[in-house]
Amino acid sequence: MTVDVDPRTALSAASKVRLVDCDIHPIIRHKGDLKPYLSREWQGYHDTYGDFLVSPFATAHPYPKPTPALSRLDTWPPSGGPPGSDLAFMRDQHLDPHDIEFGVLQVLWPTAARHRNLGYGAALCRAINDWQKAEWLGREKRLRGSVMVTQEDPEAAVAEIARCARQGGFAQVMVVPRNIEPMGRRRYWPIFAAAEAHDITLGCHVGGLNGYAVTGGAGHCSFYAEEKDSNGFAMEAMLTSMIFEGVFEAFPKLRLVAIEAGLGWVPALGWRLDELWQRFRDELPAVRRPPSETLRERLWYTTQPADEPEDPKHLRDVFDWIGWDRICFASDYPHWDSDDPRYALPIAMSRAEHRAIFRDNALGVYRLS
Amino acid sequence: MAQRHVVLPLAELPAGESRIVTVRGREIALFNLAGEVFALINRCPHEGAPLGLGLRVGLSESEKPGCYTHSRPGELVRCPWHGWEFDIRTGQSWCEPAKLKAKSFSASIEPGATVVKGPYVAESLPVSIEAHYVVVEL
Amino acid sequence: MASDAVSAGTGYPKAGVIDVDIHPAVPDMAALRPYLDAHWREQMTVRGVDGLESMLWKPSLPISARPDFRPAEGLPGARLDQVRRDALDPFGTALAICNPLWGVAVPFAEDMAMALCRAMNDWLAEEWLAPEPRLRGAIVVPPQSPDQAAAEIDRCARNPRFVSVLLPAMTEQPLGRRAHRPIMAAAERHGLPITIHAGGLYRHPPTATGWPSFHAEDHAAQANIFQSQLLSLVYEGVFVDHPSLKVVLLDAGLGWLPQFMWRATKTWRGLRAEVPWLKQNPADVVRSHVRLSIQPLQGPPDAEGMERLLAHLAADQMLLYATDWPHWRFEGEAAIPPQLPTRLLPALCRDNALETYPRLKETLA
Repeated sequence: MTVDVDPRTALSAASKVRLVDCDIHPIIRHKGDLKPYLSREWQGYHDTYGDFLVSPFATAHPYPKPTPALSRLDTWPPSGGPPGSDLAFMRDQHLDPHDIEFGVLQVLWPTAARHRNLGYGAALCRAINDWQKAEWLGREKRLRGSVMVTQEDPEAAVAEIARCARQGGFAQVMVVPRNIEPMGRRRYWPIFAAAEAHDITLGCHVGGLNGYAVTGGAGHCSFYAEEKDSNGFAMEAMLTSMIFEGVFEAFPKLRLVAIEAGLGWVPALGWRLDELWQRFRDELPAVRRPPSETLRERLWYTTQPADEPEDPKHLRDVFDWIGWDRICFASDYPHWDSDDPRYALPIAMSRAEHRAIFRDNALGVYRLS
Repeated sequence: MAQRHVVLPLAELPAGESRIVTVRGREIALFNLAGEVFALINRCPHEGAPLGLGLRVGLSESEKPGCYTHSRPGELVRCPWHGWEFDIRTGQSWCEPAKLKAKSFSASIEPGATVVKGPYVAESLPVSIEAHYVVVEL
Repeated sequence: MASDAVSAGTGYPKAGVIDVDIHPAVPDMAALRPYLDAHWREQMTVRGVDGLESMLWKPSLPISARPDFRPAEGLPGARLDQVRRDALDPFGTALAICNPLWGVAVPFAEDMAMALCRAMNDWLAEEWLAPEPRLRGAIVVPPQSPDQAAAEIDRCARNPRFVSVLLPAMTEQPLGRRAHRPIMAAAERHGLPITIHAGGLYRHPPTATGWPSFHAEDHAAQANIFQSQLLSLVYEGVFVDHPSLKVVLLDAGLGWLPQFMWRATKTWRGLRAEVPWLKQNPADVVRSHVRLSIQPLQGPPDAEGMERLLAHLAADQMLLYATDWPHWRFEGEAAIPPQLPTRLLPALCRDNALETYPRLKETLA
């Protein structure tokens, strides 16, 4: 399908469309900021034992990040604190200039999903969710939160989803692909059941620490450059697991957004899974339709990091394959590889296409209003 | 026609530092490299990030995996967003240097002239120091 | 290519296709026993070591062999007469490269793995390559023992019927890592491409999310494993150290490749200083040094979509014909996916293979 649209028309259309940004990362200013939100029994633990993750370091990364706080250099607030810690600065630098109508917060640090001490992990999730409510959602009505949950303790996760759903203000339950087991396996199903029952979207954001090689079967790679692009591979494995285990059949109302993996890999995953499903049908009794249809009809994908084809027009082919109704813009503010909505998708789009990607698809999947 | 603009006193741009100024509505990033001053349009050719806010770095090179050389300390700027490296003196990107070595960018911006500009070159402007003031041609 | 060299109806080269990926099977340890030295011969018997079929290619899985490729007795591909009748004759195959998948490189004990690899290489040379002029072979080595592997490549390369080196996709460390350089050096000095086939050591869970429930998931994971291997080969500078080396991906699928190249180039542009020996963008490195078989295709099912993907790839020269025999990838003799445009066929079925595996040219005469 070709669309003869003058890019200038697309840009002027853009200026009339308010934006929904599906991926913004807030962060605490100081380590002690979450303490008021922790119950007394866990406050002492927080100070002494703190984050206990699958990592060789107490705080550093064995694949060191390319920039401090993984962030753009210009996002450090003048008031002090790390990028993403100052709401006023976030408004000035990001929410207001891009005329963002809604932004979905995704909390990556402190990381809550993969704590080895499950009791502390659950307490930390509660604290992070209450912190979001009090210090972000309560002060900025354009923002919506993510319910952070302990994926390895589905019972605690279900309780937290119910608690946050009652409060409102949360657009999604946030999970990450790098669990102990692939996400489609039965032990995680209570989380999907809770998300479906409370009509909250499941947001799968890249990341997690499980001790496995980030490449999977190839073993431990050397460079951050390799580790970064392996995020998409973990996302593909997670979606493959969920599709093949029949999660989307078992939970027909579940909505899922794949976040921060880009989306150029989606068509190839569909082609590959369709071929394999044909050959392994009797191993996969829960799969009742071609996997590519599930990718097309039950999932949404955020744009960042935007693909940069050598010929920019080829991005339209990719969008055609995925479905223009499945694509949701995300900035990933304030991270170093974040996308500027004005320049990240340099293709001619019709007004309808532009509205869909930059606003309406996200409004729909997250039930924003 | 390019005009010469006095943009700030040299004393306000110490060696090793950068400043962003606005001339004729355009933001210019100024860099003082050990007394020599260079100017780039404050807009990364990738996605428009403010180059003047980038970290100044040296040139890390290698002839062979596992060997690292470092030269020209502080003479490159890393875009504050996606980390692309630009030679402050010429505006040339250090991505694919083998491909781009042959290309040099004419530093004077004049209406009517054809500016040879690849996708990875940051626009650089002529700068001179006159009576302790930084003067940019734009 | 001259039009009289190509069949008018199918576009297949009249001189016959080159199939870069078929799988003769080791029937059992008894077949390798004559090729083991006395110590290992006895060890295999005393310990009852046998049945080294890979988990990924478990013989009972439908994907492991199309039903009509399964003989009444024994493993598919264990007998030369069957391979001639079912893998070579029906497709007009001029040359086929044998990539045995028996898990000889898998045992944790290095010397055992090496001894088994040597034995299988000798078995292949003696019982397959020597009696059948259409067959060529890959030298199988364990990547986790690079020095011994390099010596084995030097040894087998004396036989001109070996045309490549075969490594598994699933390894202990990604193949670009420096420990593997002796293998890359040995391959390069003999003009042999490194060929990587789906499957392997299973030292790590196939996915970064742990161990999947289904064989189908292990198979789905292979494409991402190949991508990780490519990132490693490119970023670690294997092609900087070995500029004439080529790498072939077998059973990797095609659909993911263009977007992979876009993303690797995008990432590299921001992180160049982490790998400063890399002076060419990853997409160009891949186009120059990497080739892949089109079986399985795992690409657009329609011709129009295929044309779009090929435009994204912008590198027809990368594509190599293969049946992946006896794996169940297609029906009848339709080994070439119908959505591939016929203009690709001469290069796909012959020229690209000759350019990638230089020894094929020498022995064709």
